[in-house]
Amino acid sequence: MDFETVIGLEVHVQLSTASKIFSAASAAYGGEPNEFIDPVTLGLPGALPVTNKRAVEFAIMLGLATNCEIRSFNRFARKHYFYPDLPKGYQISQFDEPICERGHVDFLVGEVKRTIGLKRIHMEEDAGKNIHDSRTNSSLVDLNRAGVPLLEVVSEPEIRSPAEAAAYLRAVRQLVRYLEISDGNMEEGSLRCDANISLRPVGQLTFGTRTEIKNLNSFKFVERALEYEVARQASILKAGQQVIQQTLLFDSVNGTTRPMRSKEESADYRYFPDPDLPPVVVEESWIREVRRKLPKLPAEWAHELVSEFGLSPYDASVLTTERASVEFYHQVVATCSNAKAACNWVTSELFGALNKEGVTIEESPISALNLGELIKLIDNEIISGKMAKTVFEEMFTSRKDPHVIVQEKGLKQVSNDAEILEAVRKEFDSNSEQLADYLGGNDRLHGFFVGQVMRATGGQANPKKVNELIRQEAANRKK
Amino acid sequence: MTDLAALSISAIREGLQSRQFSCAEVTTAALKKAEKLKSLNCFIELSADSALRQAHEIDILIKAGKQGPLLGVPIGIKDVICTKGVKTTAGSKILHNFIPPYDATVVRKLLTAGTVSIGKLNMDEFAMGSSNENSAYGPVKNPWNPEYVPGGSSGGSAAAVAAGICPSTLGTDTGGSIRQPASFCGIVGLKPTYGRVSRYGVIAYASSLDQVGAFAANVRDCALVTQAICGRDPNDATSVDQAVPDFEKSLGLPIKGLRVGIPKEYFVTGLAGDISAALKKAIQVLERLGAIPVEVSLPHTELAVSVYYILAPAEASSNLARFDGIRYGHRASGQLDLKTLYAKSRSEGFGKEVQRRILVGSYVLSSGYYDAFYLKAQKVRSLIAQDFQTAFKDQCDLIIAPTTPAAPFKIGEKISDPLQMYLNDIFTIPVNLAGLPGMSIPCGFGDNGLPIGIQLIGRPWDEETLFRVASAYESETDWHTRKPALN
Repeated sequence: MDFETVIGLEVHVQLSTASKIFSAASAAYGGEPNEFIDPVTLGLPGALPVTNKRAVEFAIMLGLATNCEIRSFNRFARKHYFYPDLPKGYQISQFDEPICERGHVDFLVGEVKRTIGLKRIHMEEDAGKNIHDSRTNSSLVDLNRAGVPLLEVVSEPEIRSPAEAAAYLRAVRQLVRYLEISDGNMEEGSLRCDANISLRPVGQLTFGTRTEIKNLNSFKFVERALEYEVARQASILKAGQQVIQQTLLFDSVNGTTRPMRSKEESADYRYFPDPDLPPVVVEESWIREVRRKLPKLPAEWAHELVSEFGLSPYDASVLTTERASVEFYHQVVATCSNAKAACNWVTSELFGALNKEGVTIEESPISALNLGELIKLIDNEIISGKMAKTVFEEMFTSRKDPHVIVQEKGLKQVSNDAEILEAVRKEFDSNSEQLADYLGGNDRLHGFFVGQVMRATGGQANPKKVNELIRQEAANRKK
Repeated sequence: MTDLAALSISAIREGLQSRQFSCAEVTTAALKKAEKLKSLNCFIELSADSALRQAHEIDILIKAGKQGPLLGVPIGIKDVICTKGVKTTAGSKILHNFIPPYDATVVRKLLTAGTVSIGKLNMDEFAMGSSNENSAYGPVKNPWNPEYVPGGSSGGSAAAVAAGICPSTLGTDTGGSIRQPASFCGIVGLKPTYGRVSRYGVIAYASSLDQVGAFAANVRDCALVTQAICGRDPNDATSVDQAVPDFEKSLGLPIKGLRVGIPKEYFVTGLAGDISAALKKAIQVLERLGAIPVEVSLPHTELAVSVYYILAPAEASSNLARFDGIRYGHRASGQLDLKTLYAKSRSEGFGKEVQRRILVGSYVLSSGYYDAFYLKAQKVRSLIAQDFQTAFKDQCDLIIAPTTPAAPFKIGEKISDPLQMYLNDIFTIPVNLAGLPGMSIPCGFGDNGLPIGIQLIGRPWDEETLFRVASAYESETDWHTRKPALN
């Protein structure tokens, strides 16, 4: 029997606001343990939460970017459980009145466009961190992260493969980075993911029994954990057995999932509206204002690259992975006015070099302006494409202006017909045997003469011109 | 010799400005009287050193010409309100060692006004109770008769003022915890409109009902202290940006033509004869002053206690979740696993009534019961609020009602019957559910010789009318001048 995979993701996005969602304490990452705390973060008796308006604005931004409906009247609720990293004994979250509902995220898997529906996006506060100190065999609590704003993005169960789940997650990350509401850094936990997964016989409409995999903290783990779970559930179903609905943890070391201890699950969160926080009222005018300030989103950028710059959808998607990349690309094109060449240089040479060095486009040693200038040098036939690669490498290591490098290395391409023709004639004359062969029809010797001329001109002759003039002079000599 | 501790705020101000006495002297008198009346158990802790230090600083300011309505006035603060560097227990063992690193907004405001806090006042644990018998630090005794309860939960706050230890104290009122003890102790107590006073730094019992207010021996003193604590606080999202009028200006204004609503549902069987009689007399006084009594109906009154004992415990079960022994407060000793640590710390730290309400609250919020209890109670709550809206819309300008169904009871009399105890708040609870301002003023004595009060209930934000009517009534009566005989 063939099975269809059904996946839904819950993505937690940590927002990059300056302060916490319900207090003025810093929301910065890092810091000494318990450096960013105050009475509210500590859950001191009498402390009260006050909603950070910026966090709400970030939620509206993501809601608009994912085509959600924004609830004009939404509410915070308390979710209760006891844990040392949860100072109040409850997490302030949203329950049945989330800020955003019913949206969708569009993205490409390879060349294929996919749309995944969103159930909701809600705001909540992060918990702190428990650290086990093995020296003293005690548990320590760091509350720096407690109260940092999170958005929980809940998809519909419309994802159909582990690869698609990873692509969806990348699309969410891409959006929050474009919106500059989160750094989307999975290693630092700014982006976290829980996955619900079930299988059903192809053609069946009802869902099978699902399991939930908690705390997936990299794209790779999302894919691997889901792949493992697909295989595990398939073998259970094929054996005619039932999948048990449970919460699982992914063990990244051996690549398997294991059930959480029942202690780690909570039966009843006793949600109720937080009486300390008046409902969040989002006026239509506020939504309009946020929409007006919304930056151009990846889909729009990509569409523009295809329709106005003539790039392939694939290239457009590569260039729009990061907002910084597409902005960089636009600056390159603005300088050199050659969209295709700019795309090639950015996506292959520059991205390749950046990847190799492990640096981001923001940290690129080659500025967009300089890369544009480099392309201009090629297009104006000042240097050859081959020379350009040398110049590019030099630019990458020395951060110098390409013009300076060309000057310093004397790399200028010779495009002067007379100069090249003279060199061609000289080489013909001093290699009479080969010339005779060449003129006799052995075209392989064409390359020989190109090489000779290039060497004679110190590699600076315009190769196109050299080709042309060799053919022209040979034709003349044949006469 | 004048008892400086028993002076009114206005008298203290006058004496300080005319250099009849110093703030240090007034403060010392208050502290001495508190020591002398220690058996009343009004205070959980006296802050003699810091109070005297503060008093000396204020004396310097007064010498430098500084003035202010509350400058140099000794006050007491209910122990549910956080005071920086001063132990704040909420009447509970679970916070026996808790020293807040910050001041509640109301405390900051009173400090800014130049009051001197002489100590933290005893109360029912986490403000849960109507007799002060639920304090982990022992019951407070009624200054009029130590065999009787002073009311609760702000029993210490009411008793300290009634005993003439200091002219005013702060309390909190969630279901009657200011008005009921004010009534039992024969003093004035106002619960302002919900949102009028910041709750920041006030240890929450039921967040949607809690409100801080002032006790005083007379209406003017109550107005002066209320004035100082009102106003929107950016640290409390439920405090409201509503202009705060000058309450003192309402005092002495005529009440002619004011329509005083008398809710017929409040005169039910169960209302004690002495209360009913005192209330009728009070209405006659107001009538004599030109007020017009009108009968109004608050049809959902009988549901208020049930609704309250669902909503308040629900919020309490959540608000008290933070007392887990991890970061502050009582922690069970021994090497315990996490779950046992929580269970033991909380079982050891919380008293019976608190545990009872946490259990009830957890139950009504649990899945499967939420709709039937919590949600339904919320719906009835809005019906109760609507009752008042209807009455206030075109029938009356304020409502007069008993504060309590009976005069004060004896210590131990009701403690074993929680339901009987709960019914004590039958007339005060609806006011919290509707978020309205409510005030209790003394209106006589019960058959047992203990004080009884009447309750004035106003429109939202209309504390002015309450002060106006209370001061008119006060000027026609002498109940507020009667003091308990203390030895």
